[in-house]
This record gives sequence, structure tokens and C-alpha cells, in this order.
Amino acid sequence: MAYITFRGIDFRYGAQGPLIIRGFHLDLRRGEFFALVGPSGCGKTTILNVLAGFETPTAGEVLVDQQPVRGPQRDRIVIFQEPDSLYPWLTALENVQFPLRVLGVGRSERRARAEHALRLVGLQGHEGKHPAHLSGGMKQRVQLARALVLEAPVLLMDEPFGALDAQTRLILQEELTQIAVRTQRTILFITHDIHEAIFLADRIGVMTAGPESTIKKIVEVELPRPRARGSAAFGELYEETHQILSEEVRRVLRGEDSLL
Amino acid sequence: MERWPRLRASIPASDAVRVSGVSLVGFVLLWQLASTLWVPSILFPTPLRTLLALVAMLREGVLPYDAGVSLSRIAIGFLIGTVVGVPLGLAMGLFRPVLVFFEPYVQFFRFVPPVAWIIPAILWFGIGETSKIFLIFYTTVFLVLLNTMVGVSAVPRNQIRSARCFGAGRWQLFLWVSLPATMPHVLTGMRIAMGNSFAAVVGAEFIAAQAGLGFLIIDSGTWLATDRMFAGMLTLGLLGIVADLLFRAIIARAAARYLMPS
Repeated sequence: MAYITFRGIDFRYGAQGPLIIRGFHLDLRRGEFFALVGPSGCGKTTILNVLAGFETPTAGEVLVDQQPVRGPQRDRIVIFQEPDSLYPWLTALENVQFPLRVLGVGRSERRARAEHALRLVGLQGHEGKHPAHLSGGMKQRVQLARALVLEAPVLLMDEPFGALDAQTRLILQEELTQIAVRTQRTILFITHDIHEAIFLADRIGVMTAGPESTIKKIVEVELPRPRARGSAAFGELYEETHQILSEEVRRVLRGEDSLL
Repeated sequence: MERWPRLRASIPASDAVRVSGVSLVGFVLLWQLASTLWVPSILFPTPLRTLLALVAMLREGVLPYDAGVSLSRIAIGFLIGTVVGVPLGLAMGLFRPVLVFFEPYVQFFRFVPPVAWIIPAILWFGIGETSKIFLIFYTTVFLVLLNTMVGVSAVPRNQIRSARCFGAGRWQLFLWVSLPATMPHVLTGMRIAMGNSFAAVVGAEFIAAQAGLGFLIIDSGTWLATDRMFAGMLTLGLLGIVADLLFRAIIARAAARYLMPS
């Protein structure tokens, strides 16, 4: 049975705005790593925001563990592309403790759990630093630690490595794979990068170009972990996904050309 | 093309002190020259005469007394303005009905300068302390209020969304996210307001006062004691710098974490 279900989601901003998403259906299994790719502006982040409870769909509903999503909850933690969700006045350790403080967890337990989460993402020794004194990759790790400390069953990651340099991105992808396998969270991962999607995900949903976008095709990634980026199977999957996606990107470009 | 970045580059602290020192000595020399060669008049005292007047007024106790009076007026008006401005700014930034209710008044009165209120304040509150404190309050409250309002409206959306994901309630969101995120704006507003309070207190003391640096300056001017007048002005500027440095030192000690960039 599906753990997360998007059932016929339509979405528009305001009453008169264009329909951005139309008839979006998707089932995610418990513990699955699902990547969503699609042309720019197709509504990937909107789908994530609907699941997070930040946005209410115009039609349809989202179910998590058979319960309809009514708003943000601590069973679904979002990791944003920009690390501006971290609180600059708090240290890395205090940032990771923040969700536990909200929950009313006692000081010593809070500290121990936050330290453990920071160790899990390789940030031991940086506990006392404020976000301003951390690199982009380290800030994303703090975001990840803050999501892990709550032991939320669902992680929603909106291009979390999109703003990082290539080397840091590769390292964090490997670390995230290990964490995902170890912690068995259900992850919805938004990305532009097909390589990243194949490296991380169990399945990849390719979205159509907007407006009125929906899932065009789901690609199964049946490669053993850890995945070798240079393998023939990896390359075949890349070609398959790239072909589906590039058709949609071309549609966007044709649309832009006709406007000129 | 490449010269500008080099000119804008930072300079070592020792060089900065040297440049400031040269600038200060140059200014005093220019003042000395202007007051002895170009405008040799009682109306334009030399730096030395001004310094001697300053020392004399310090010995007489006039300067410490008047400075104390002005500073206490500034402190009281500034504190009341901050205490009223911060909560009102927060309420206006957070709650639309409060914004809609108060905004026309704020937008109108912020364009009416404190100096325009000197006469009404004296007519309403008399020539005592209340009228001066009212003017400092008026100077402070809009600056603090507007900065707070802008700050609380500009809290990054993802900070709020994260906290909501973690299950934060309204009060937790306000106390643990919105309030600390607004602190840099509040402190900036307070700092600007403090500077403007020095200008406002002098304006108020010019018109109706029996003590204070503004009174000292205008009273000395009336008796053509321009050296004492300049000494009063010098004291005012120096006190402003000291107050600003003190404010920054307190902030650096007590609230540095709230000024961290993201």
C-alpha cells in the first residue's frame, strides 16, 4: 500500500492564475527515495510544497499514511535549496536542537541528540559555529541534521545541493545515500540533475513542461548501491531519462520562441 | 578602470588611525588659519580659545551640568520611544488590521519633523522636562517603529516554514524566530534614533530651557560668548560619538549573535 498518495492534484496560484499542475497522481512507498525531475517552472517545488502543507491544492488531495495533509507537520521536514532556513543567531548545535526545543525535549537530551545528528552528517567539531562561519555544503549538512534529529519519517528535499560546487555536491550525494539507506526515510527529492537523480533515487518521476504539468513517466532505477556513475547501466538510464526530459525542455523552448 | 577597486580596498588599522589623525590636525589648522587670518572676529573663535573656554566651563561645572541635563532628557525620551516603537512596529508588521489602522498616522507624522513640534510641545507641556522628553520620544518612536515593522515583515519565509514544519506554535514562532530575526532592524532603528535625538534635544532647548547643551549654546550666543558656544557644540558632537560607541559596544557584547549574517 502507498505511504504517500497524490490524488488528482490541480494547482493554481490565486483564483484566476493559470493552472500550473493538472491531474497529478503519484504513489510513494514507505522508505522509498523518489526523485522528481522536470523542465524549469513545471511545478516540482509546488508539488513539494503541497506535500509539506505549505500550499493547498486547488483540487485533489494528498495523503500521508492515509491521513490527508492539512498543513505543515513534524512528520514531514523540508530541506530547502537555500540554507536561509537556518537561524543565523543560533550555532550549528543550537539550530539542530531547535526542533527538539519546540517539541519540549529536555536540555541534556536535546544536546545529546543534536550532537549525534551532527556526527551523522560529519559535522563534529563545528557545533559552536554560526551559519555565517560555515560553507554552503556545511550549512546543507546542518539542515539535514536538523531534519534527522526529529526522526521524521518523510524528508522533502528541494534541490538541496543545487547551489553547491560540483565536488561538494558529489560528496553530499554519497553521504545522503548512506543516510537514506541507514535511516529508511521516505524521501521526495527535487532536482534538475539527472545524474543526481539516478545516483540517489529508487524511482525518478519526469514531469511534463508547464503549464498544466503532470507526471509524464516514471523511470525505475534498479541499480545496486553504491552506484557507479560510469557503469553502462547508469549510462543507459541516463540516456532514457534524458530523452524523456529533453522532449519536454524542447517544448518549453519552442513555446519561448513563439513568444519572441 | 583598475584604479577604483584599489582605491576602495580596505586599509590597515594603523594606516586608518594615521589618516584620521592627519585629517583631524588638518581641520584644526584650517580652523586656526580661518579664525586668525580670514575671519579675525569675535564671532569666530580660534580652536585654542574654544579649548580654553571648554576647560573653564568644565572647572565651573557648567558643562557637566548642562551635558547631564541634555543626556538625561535624551535617555528618557529615547527609552520611552523604543519601548513604544518596538511593540507597535512588531504588531504592525505581523497583523494586517493593526497595520491598516496605524499606517496613515505613521506615514503622515514621520514627515512632520520634531522641530515642527517644539512650539506645540511647549504650549501643551510647558517649558519643563516633559516638552523636551516628548520631542525626543517623537524623534525616536517613528524610526524604531518603522525599522521594526520592516524587519518583522522581512523574516525569510523559509525560517518561518521550517519552524512550522517542526510544529512551532504562534508564540514559539514569534519569540524564537520573528523576534530574533527582527533584532538587527530594531538595533539599526535605535542607533539612528539616538543620533537624531541629539539634534532634537538641542532644538527643544533652544526655544525654552533653563539648562542643557542647547540652552548653553543659545545663551552663549546671546552674550556673544562664541568660544563658549563653540565649546558647547564641540561637547555635543563628542557626546554623540561617545554615545554611539557605547551603544555599539553594548550591542557587540549583549546582542552580537543577532547581527550575524545568514
